[in-house]
Amino acid sequence: MIEDQKPVAIQIKGIKEGLLVTLGTGRWSELEDSVLKNIEAKQNFFQGARVALDVGDHDLKAADLGALRDKLSERGVTLWAVISTSAITKETSKSYGLVTSIYNPRVEIANEAAVHFDTALTGENAVMVHKTMRSGFKVTYQGHVVVLGDVNPGAEIIATGSVVVWGWLRGVVHAGAEGDEGAVVCALRLEPTQLRIASYIAVTPKHKGKPMPEMAYIKNGQVIAEQMNDKEVGK
Amino acid sequence: MTATIVTITSGKGGVGKTTTTANIAVALASMDQKVVCIDGDIGLRNLDVVMGLENRIVYDLVDAVEGRCRIKQAMIRDKRLPELYLIPAAQTRDKSAISPSDMIRLCDEIRPDFDWILIDSPAGIERGFRNAIAPADSVLVVTNPEVSAVRDADRIIGLIEAEEKGPARLILNRLNMEMVKRGDMLSPDDVLDLLAIKLIGIVPEDENVMVGSNRGTPVVLDNKSKAGRSFINIARRLKGEEVAFDEVNEKQGIFNRLTRIFRAGGE
Repeated sequence: MIEDQKPVAIQIKGIKEGLLVTLGTGRWSELEDSVLKNIEAKQNFFQGARVALDVGDHDLKAADLGALRDKLSERGVTLWAVISTSAITKETSKSYGLVTSIYNPRVEIANEAAVHFDTALTGENAVMVHKTMRSGFKVTYQGHVVVLGDVNPGAEIIATGSVVVWGWLRGVVHAGAEGDEGAVVCALRLEPTQLRIASYIAVTPKHKGKPMPEMAYIKNGQVIAEQMNDKEVGK
Repeated sequence: MTATIVTITSGKGGVGKTTTTANIAVALASMDQKVVCIDGDIGLRNLDVVMGLENRIVYDLVDAVEGRCRIKQAMIRDKRLPELYLIPAAQTRDKSAISPSDMIRLCDEIRPDFDWILIDSPAGIERGFRNAIAPADSVLVVTNPEVSAVRDADRIIGLIEAEEKGPARLILNRLNMEMVKRGDMLSPDDVLDLLAIKLIGIVPEDENVMVGSNRGTPVVLDNKSKAGRSFINIARRLKGEEVAFDEVNEKQGIFNRLTRIFRAGGE
């Protein structure tokens, strides 16, 4: 339904600090509407995002900005910066404690595109999560997932590839979610609430002794967890 | 004077947010600080009851936000401590009556007149919680040594980080050292291992807390109560004082372990 009507032009780009949403010209109410519709249409993408808003030369009053911030917050989006050429808008943003300039966002994007890695590996996607995954946090990814930090109970990782956790894994993890039985799950401390590889499901047995880095994989139709100091690690 | 705004929250209900808010407020006020508490639990207010001020309410938070009274009129002065005020929540409305921006505006207006603004957050992660943390300079998460409460605290800490209000600090409420020693209760170590945030206080389980809440006399006012002393320690740590963690100082071993955790998390 959103595709049918011509939306007011807005652009969304990834920058180092989060997302940059650039608004076109038009009436503020329409622009606001278009931003919110965009977010609702891509709810999963925007969930928990930090957004910087480039409003061009729009003059924003405190009430408008406050209302927008609340509406974004209700949709799980944090507004942290408003960039504008309008002095009024800058003043308003400052009164809300928002950042009013990002260090050259456009240049950064250009650089990102320019960096080109020459690699022989193809078809291997991975995402790196560099923080503790707390309860309620979910990562779904087409490829491998690497977490530098703990995965707490109530957090969830679903990957079509393997999952590596440099920390204490206590949440739910599903590797090989589209049926790859060669996928593995490794953690410095492997104690997931539930561990799934492809269509196999396992729960962590009661732990005894000193925790060791472990790797879980499928062997003869069973999920096996093996300590990483073991000589026969692997497939 | 510019007030520091501290929000007390937990995720799970019934872990002691309101009691904690009331006690920290009384503790700060008894140290000659000027304090105002805001009850953020619109529709289910009870901070007024715990502070023993329910029969003085004329106007509430929603009246102030919607312009039916001035903010000063909604503030109730405590009957014991002249520098302690309460802005009660409305009982007949719900959380959607105010927005995060309203809270920021209201707090900015009263900020110059106080040293501390304490906001008692409702349970849950919805509008009421967002209202409560929007104006916060610092957030305290209250939890019990119980798996479900710790799980919710973990979620809340994640949300606080996402709202850029972190790092939150932890209050471990209702700890029973006897049960911990028997292995029937999560130890402070277990909780801190999971939540990985800085500890600001441990409050031992104490019957006097409930007695105080029912009477409208926060337990801090009772010099003999162990829990009361813990709340005073939390208030002192909020003010930036270095206070040793001797809340559960029954056995030397535990004391040592706790100091170690505090240093490791603290910097």
